[in-house]
Amino acid sequence: MASHMIIDVDGLGMLITLLQREGYRVIGPTLRDGAIGYDVISQVDDLPLGWEDEQDAGRYRVKQRQDTAVFGYAVGPHSWKRFLYPSPVVLWRARHSADGWRINQPAEDGARLAFLGVRSCDLHAIMVLDRVLLRGPYVDPSYAERRRQAFLVAVQCAHFTPRTCFCVSLGTGPRATHGFDLALTELVQPQTHRFVVEVGSARGAAILQQLPHRPAQPSDLAAAERAIAQTAASMGRQLQTAGLPAALLANLEHPHWDTIAQRCLACGNCTLVCPTCFCFTAEERTDLTGATTERIRHLDTCFTLSFTYTAGKSLRQSIRSRYRQWLTHKLATWVEQFGTFGCVGCGRCITWCPVGIDLTVEAATIASTGQTTKGVE
Amino acid sequence: MPRRRRSPKLAVWKFASCDGCQLTLLDCEDELLMLGELFEVAYFLEASSAVVHGPYDFSLVEGSITTPEEIERIYEIRRQSRVLVAMGACATAGGIQALRNFVDVDDIKRVVYASPEYVRTLEHSLPASAYVPVDYELPGCPPNKGQVIELLTAFLRGRRPSIPGHSVCIDCKRQGVVCVMVAMGTPCLGPVTRTGCGALCPRYRRGCYGCFGPMESPNTESLSTWFLVQSGLTPQHLVPLYRSFNAAAPAFAEASRRYADLQGASKTTEWVGTNAVDEREPADGEQ
Repeated sequence: MASHMIIDVDGLGMLITLLQREGYRVIGPTLRDGAIGYDVISQVDDLPLGWEDEQDAGRYRVKQRQDTAVFGYAVGPHSWKRFLYPSPVVLWRARHSADGWRINQPAEDGARLAFLGVRSCDLHAIMVLDRVLLRGPYVDPSYAERRRQAFLVAVQCAHFTPRTCFCVSLGTGPRATHGFDLALTELVQPQTHRFVVEVGSARGAAILQQLPHRPAQPSDLAAAERAIAQTAASMGRQLQTAGLPAALLANLEHPHWDTIAQRCLACGNCTLVCPTCFCFTAEERTDLTGATTERIRHLDTCFTLSFTYTAGKSLRQSIRSRYRQWLTHKLATWVEQFGTFGCVGCGRCITWCPVGIDLTVEAATIASTGQTTKGVE
Repeated sequence: MPRRRRSPKLAVWKFASCDGCQLTLLDCEDELLMLGELFEVAYFLEASSAVVHGPYDFSLVEGSITTPEEIERIYEIRRQSRVLVAMGACATAGGIQALRNFVDVDDIKRVVYASPEYVRTLEHSLPASAYVPVDYELPGCPPNKGQVIELLTAFLRGRRPSIPGHSVCIDCKRQGVVCVMVAMGTPCLGPVTRTGCGALCPRYRRGCYGCFGPMESPNTESLSTWFLVQSGLTPQHLVPLYRSFNAAAPAFAEASRRYADLQGASKTTEWVGTNAVDEREPADGEQ
């Protein structure tokens, strides 16, 4: 494996062009509608140069930076789930004719995706999705195809204040250590705006070979490590994970669930911005004549009544029971089910809750009182 | 050869309304000809003056009940209809004209009309379900074209329509629309409003106006508190926010009354219980 290399901003532009030439549709951060989201990009100018965000519970604002950093922002409203696991998706169509029903499966659009600017938390989120959609007993063919093709360019978290982040608590960041093809650490200094490049795979190395690059100096590596360490030291949130699953499950009747339910809108935003929530619903669409039908998969959320509609009734009628289901799944039963937390500490559910409900605060409150507080502050 | 079954008879009725729901039906241009083949359009004055007498297999009711004559008419339509669907904000919640439910209608009559004694109107503008059992309620001002077609398709196929009751937020997120509340501080009724429009306003960077009425489990109290604390709105702002096309929908009426009463500016009105027979369950209580 090649040692660390340096590319400059022009090199970043060439990386985008090169990936396009290799047949990838490049998805990266871009400023649109007052937020840094992910969309198709074609050049360096599409990236949020000189922009950063300010986040808090229920609040997100972009503002201009003092410098020209390209990746000087925390994760925004979108996650890579949007591209690896899109919604809606037509699963199959059927047409009725004289010979009976004929079912056909729509062909995958075949696009190879390259993700530019994947943070460590989101790399872990993709690995969580892999366990569910790829490594479990039921493989999702559409996810598997997109995931197998996807070229991942990680970006180490640096040069911003991670206000709603808590990846350090979950051991999912801020340093990306594996699961990428290339990883960039941005060094923003006047005159010498550059990126330290780390290679994570053979195809990553092959791409880097085609870019103008030079070996990184020890001072570059030290500056990169300092920048990442500073992010790690300034986490805005934290979550005590030791003993957390047991503590939550021992407090299913905690009165604080009622307090949360008074605030929770059951709107579903938290689950939809979550990079690991994968629940879906399937809908049948027939045309007026009944001669064609299609099955469509939509991203769903455990906050709707229809989610638990069984035998004529929704099982989770109260908002209390729906919030409790979500929180305990993310932070307790997910561990039993898939061997990891369902949370990677990205903080999206905190920022994008319209009424600012903070999972780290709620989990700590539920887990810290009652009889089982082993290992939990 | 099996005998071809006759096409079901479709009727479209108008009560106090703007005709927008009927226009939504006429706006289904790609499907209109097929609809004409699959249904016998027996009564639809907005489309044709040809009238076929009842009974009808499928009645779509637009508009709210606002006069004594309309009460008699909705009774008669119910008697003549195998399936009766209330369509749009007026027929499902009383419409914008239900603003009268929050004031004294005689006061309004005196202000508007030179001879108010000639105006025969009810005290409240109410949905069809306040007077007759309704088989299904299709929300929206106006309803969504796709949902109208889905409803008619479901009837023809003998299945339940797939018309969700969740929040508008889910539509925003599925489409990648950036939240106007969180990213702009714009007050938005999306979290308490039922899906159907495809998040039309947030897509254009505006807050939701609540055209589709309350979602399945609306927590207006939490949202209102957030508006007061974070968006700089006053209780006076909150009242008109909830009092628009679905002002008298129980959840929105309760939400607006909470702040109207603070000002002592409006008299409270009793909500007339509804007989709506649809798929919705009470949202509170675990049992």
